[in-house]
Amino acid sequence: MAYSDKVLDHYENPRNVGTLDKNDPNVGTGMVGAPACGDVMKLMIKVSDDGIIEDAKFKTYGCGSAIASSSLVTEWLKGKTIDQAYAIKNSAIAEELALPPVKIHCSVLAEDAIKAAVADIKAKQAAKEAA
Amino acid sequence: MSATVEMSVVSGSEEGLYPIYLDYSATTPVDPRVAAKMIPYISEHFGNPASRSHPYGWTAEKAVENARLEVAKLVGADPREIVWTSGATESNNLAIKGAANFYSEKGKHLITLTTEHKAVIDPMRELERQGFSATYLDPEPNGLLDIAKLKAAIRPDTVLVSVMLVNNEIGVIQDIVAIGNLCRENGIIFHVDAAQATGKVAIDLEQLPVDLMSFCAHKTYGPKGIGALYVRRKPRIRIEAQMHGGGHDRGMRSGTLATHHIVGMGEAFRLAREEMAEENTRIRRLRDKLLNGLQSMEEVYVNGDLEHRVPHNLNISFNYVEGESLIMAVKGIAVSSGSACTSASLEPSYVLRALGRSDELAHSSIRFSIGRFTTEADVDYTINLMKSKIDKLRELSPLWEMFKDGIDLSKVQWAAH
Repeated sequence: MAYSDKVLDHYENPRNVGTLDKNDPNVGTGMVGAPACGDVMKLMIKVSDDGIIEDAKFKTYGCGSAIASSSLVTEWLKGKTIDQAYAIKNSAIAEELALPPVKIHCSVLAEDAIKAAVADIKAKQAAKEAA
Repeated sequence: MSATVEMSVVSGSEEGLYPIYLDYSATTPVDPRVAAKMIPYISEHFGNPASRSHPYGWTAEKAVENARLEVAKLVGADPREIVWTSGATESNNLAIKGAANFYSEKGKHLITLTTEHKAVIDPMRELERQGFSATYLDPEPNGLLDIAKLKAAIRPDTVLVSVMLVNNEIGVIQDIVAIGNLCRENGIIFHVDAAQATGKVAIDLEQLPVDLMSFCAHKTYGPKGIGALYVRRKPRIRIEAQMHGGGHDRGMRSGTLATHHIVGMGEAFRLAREEMAEENTRIRRLRDKLLNGLQSMEEVYVNGDLEHRVPHNLNISFNYVEGESLIMAVKGIAVSSGSACTSASLEPSYVLRALGRSDELAHSSIRFSIGRFTTEADVDYTINLMKSKIDKLRELSPLWEMFKDGIDLSKVQWAAH
């Protein structure tokens, strides 16, 4: 299968690989997918107290398109508010990376990872406010 | 011999258009010595082997019969037991459907393995649609069939058992003597798909309790598009033709014989007979080197039994690394992946699943298959490439991180999608 240049670039030189401290109250973690399905994405975002994403890191087990999708979103997330992040659509990821139809699920997974990370940080914030 | 071989089965260059070829189980290049024999039968000796009235036909017929003899000699058969086909898929179809249909009055139950090639499984499925019933046995986790399971599956109406000699994905060698003997005791016809076996394991059909055996040329340095089916004469096995026409090959398979292809298969099988012992020794040495090199990494699993296995095949799962990304990472080598992620389905290899491998391990598998033109430098390059790329992908892998943190992945509640 032929990959787009953008997929290859992210795959060869993935951006923001790594982990943040999951116990940090300002860090939200989203892990989506399943090994049995051939892809697992872990996305971590560090959010400032005024709701801006300062840092994003990922690790992905999956095909080149899955790696590229998650690498791309870490670039997109930095500097966004969590609400802007939540609004990112898989179609935008798929379009940017020129994913073929069989790889659309990779972009869906990346969107799911963002939503899961945002949900996690919101839950942490809610817990903090309740405390 | 590599000095005499002008091949584009390249050694060494990652930057080149063609990676190092380690996919000999998919197909082999035609040996230049085979190609040289074939060419005159495309041009000057173009006659139809069935033409009895002139030298064009006689020359072609002589070449075909000589090739038939060479195929027969490699496998210890009588040339009259060899029927030409277009390849192993056709041979399997002819054997399975041909025998099942011919003997359907005797019974309508068939037995095979879940790890067989689709060219065996799908004819079985077709026969099921026609009113036969079929049992698909799972092999043991090492890929080998437990004879007791076969014994238990045999019914009074079982007419045919089909088990491959060498598995295409994991290279394991089934005990066809034991299986064949059991079939004999029960009056069951035994078909063996030997597409992956010729030139790798010694086959002597004079001794083996096998009734039908499928072959093809292109896994043994012959051309694609030609194969053969062995049909035992003593005791005589009957099959119903699947291709009707001019009554070629004793009516078992009609169609003008492809002389040049047949000549190629004959020469390929002659070379296999002469060079098999030496070649296997060389390939085993390369395989052991590759295996040792790869096993220096953590969490590396060999799929299939290592003892009862052709040396040409090494199927390995690299845990916590996904197969397709791995294939992308190793562009410098041409290999196969057990992950079918490239297709629309996300199903991993059905063969590895049948061994009880987890989906993750099945997805993370690579089949390296070594052949006649593989060099030691190719193996060295492959080991280094695999090590560096596996390291890189594991750095990217959340599963590897969890494993390193001591998390039991089987206990994690995954959000399946």
